[in-house]
Amino acid sequence: MIVADLRPDELRRRLARAGLRLRIGPVVAEIRSSFRAVEAGVALHYADHEVVDEDQFADFEVAVERPANVRRWIRPQAIFRFENRPPFTPLAANQAFPLLEWGLNWCVSAHCHQYLIVHAAVVERNGRAIVLPAPQGSGKSTLCAALVSRGFRLLSDELALIDIERNCIVPLPRPISLKNQSIATIAAFWPEAPMSAVVHDTVKGSVVHVRPPRASVVASAERALPGWIVLPAYRPSHRRQLTCVSKASVFMQLVDSAFNYSLHGRRGFDALGRLVDASECCRFTYGGDLDDAVQAFNTLTEAA
Amino acid sequence: MINTGCGALLAALRDIDRLPADAAGWEALIRRAREADLIGTLAFRLHERGTIERVPDGPRAHFAAARIRSMALETAMRRETREIAAALRDVDAPIVLLKGAAYLLAGLPPARGRFFSDVDILVPRHALPNVESALMLGGFATTHLHPYDQRYYRRWLHELPPMQHVKRLTVVDVHHTLAPVAGRMQPDAVALLRAAIPLRGDDRYRTLEPADMVLHSATHLFGNEVFTHGLRDLVDIDALLRHFTAADPRFVDRLVRRAVEVNLERPLYYALRWTSRLLGTAIPVRASMVTDGYGPGTLVRPLMDVLLADGLLPDSASRSTRWARRALYVRGHWLKLPLPRLAWHLAVKSLRREESTA
Repeated sequence: MIVADLRPDELRRRLARAGLRLRIGPVVAEIRSSFRAVEAGVALHYADHEVVDEDQFADFEVAVERPANVRRWIRPQAIFRFENRPPFTPLAANQAFPLLEWGLNWCVSAHCHQYLIVHAAVVERNGRAIVLPAPQGSGKSTLCAALVSRGFRLLSDELALIDIERNCIVPLPRPISLKNQSIATIAAFWPEAPMSAVVHDTVKGSVVHVRPPRASVVASAERALPGWIVLPAYRPSHRRQLTCVSKASVFMQLVDSAFNYSLHGRRGFDALGRLVDASECCRFTYGGDLDDAVQAFNTLTEAA
Repeated sequence: MINTGCGALLAALRDIDRLPADAAGWEALIRRAREADLIGTLAFRLHERGTIERVPDGPRAHFAAARIRSMALETAMRRETREIAAALRDVDAPIVLLKGAAYLLAGLPPARGRFFSDVDILVPRHALPNVESALMLGGFATTHLHPYDQRYYRRWLHELPPMQHVKRLTVVDVHHTLAPVAGRMQPDAVALLRAAIPLRGDDRYRTLEPADMVLHSATHLFGNEVFTHGLRDLVDIDALLRHFTAADPRFVDRLVRRAVEVNLERPLYYALRWTSRLLGTAIPVRASMVTDGYGPGTLVRPLMDVLLADGLLPDSASRSTRWARRALYVRGHWLKLPLPRLAWHLAVKSLRREESTA
């Protein structure tokens, strides 16, 4: 059963009481919330995700709730709870769905240390992963959304889960998060993109989420072998340029972007080394022409 | 459901073969173990026992993750103790490792799978200025920069304000005794330091002798005002008691005598009562009959029983645990400071909070 199979009142009932158990890649999250915005967000963005029965193990228990104080009514807030404890400070109530998304990112990055976790978007073509590690503002999510809209499979918009033993990347297909100018860019490039309403004034500015394609969610169990590591760099009005970079510098970039590299010691070093060795490494500078950018990635992946 | 939650954790801590039978049981075990910071300990015990293969895939992934984390924290702790030893190389005073660092470097069972955090050391009071300046030269800087906090730590507590390394961000707590200087518990720090034993294969550190190690763990737990790590600390005590009793069947009797010598009878009463109650630690009847006399009076005793029964459990969702912890928080402050000083301290703190929000 998937979320789209649930009647609206059944979805609401589960979110309000027993919890909605969603399979998201390798984990199952048990989600509770009484916010309509969370209900609508889940219905839209997780429509194709599997709903797991209550007698199956859930990895994380999360809730987005109203605080038990005056901020329930006056300038209302939303609070994220992980197994009943709040890891973050509350946010304004209109940010309830983004808060759930950030909370789920945190659940995975703070606990799933069986993987080496790198802050990166990952898409796939022909069984090979394209890893896009990047600091804020490099246009990683914009590029990821553009590629996904043109048939690349989404593994993750935010977290690359590297299976250290099997040298592959584990999918975690969840909504793609777009910020500020990239919202209009993607809306123009992909007019039918399944987007939620814009949430303004978050710590990251204005935010929307885009639903992962059904095919990507259905293929959640299919891991991807290393293919390419591409460092994106968005430079307004720059010409598109794809250049080779040294594997050593890409290695260091991955170390910088990793959440738990320090925990893995020698095994983490070796695993990252194998990933870089098995991947073609390049830098991709682009100036906002997304058609052109997607064309470059098509050429890159077809050449293989 | 709340009770089954901690029930699954307590059962596994008593006997690692007693594992949940269904998904709900595993969820309760993983969630409460995670809240208690005991998931690494359980992961280690499952591996040691060879039963990790019998754990279903879902929960097993969490034990695998916890094991990676605890091994990394162990490596970090070993490295940090080496750095601190180097910084204190020329200090002419005994340096006694406490708690996690001591268990690890002495190779004691509580260290296995434990999530380590700060390094705690005990030094003679007269050596504090030298130790502090040596740590500063080694790159550690004091925290809690407000002048009131600095005075409060130095005048009323048993430790310096925590010192943090400016680059590694690690924290060392420098103690000169085991309980606040004007508090209701007055351990004999000189006797504890005198009895400390050299760490095998190490020329800088000492540890407390076995009985004192248990007494310190008990003092730290039952003299504290915060009980979020209560069960973890109790598991430390349980593991120490089992280990030392295996080597010396009369260990607990010696422990009782030592508690009298160093003036820590009350924490020992709580430690023996609650390890046996929650974790099934075998305590000889003759010892518990003696320590029973070290407990609080007939009015306070049942109250403390109720508060600790709820406050020690890692279940912050349960209302009774939250209320018990609030009450224990008040009690902890009462133990820490004489009443007029406590009133002053709380007044200063509350005014400062207004100042910072204004």
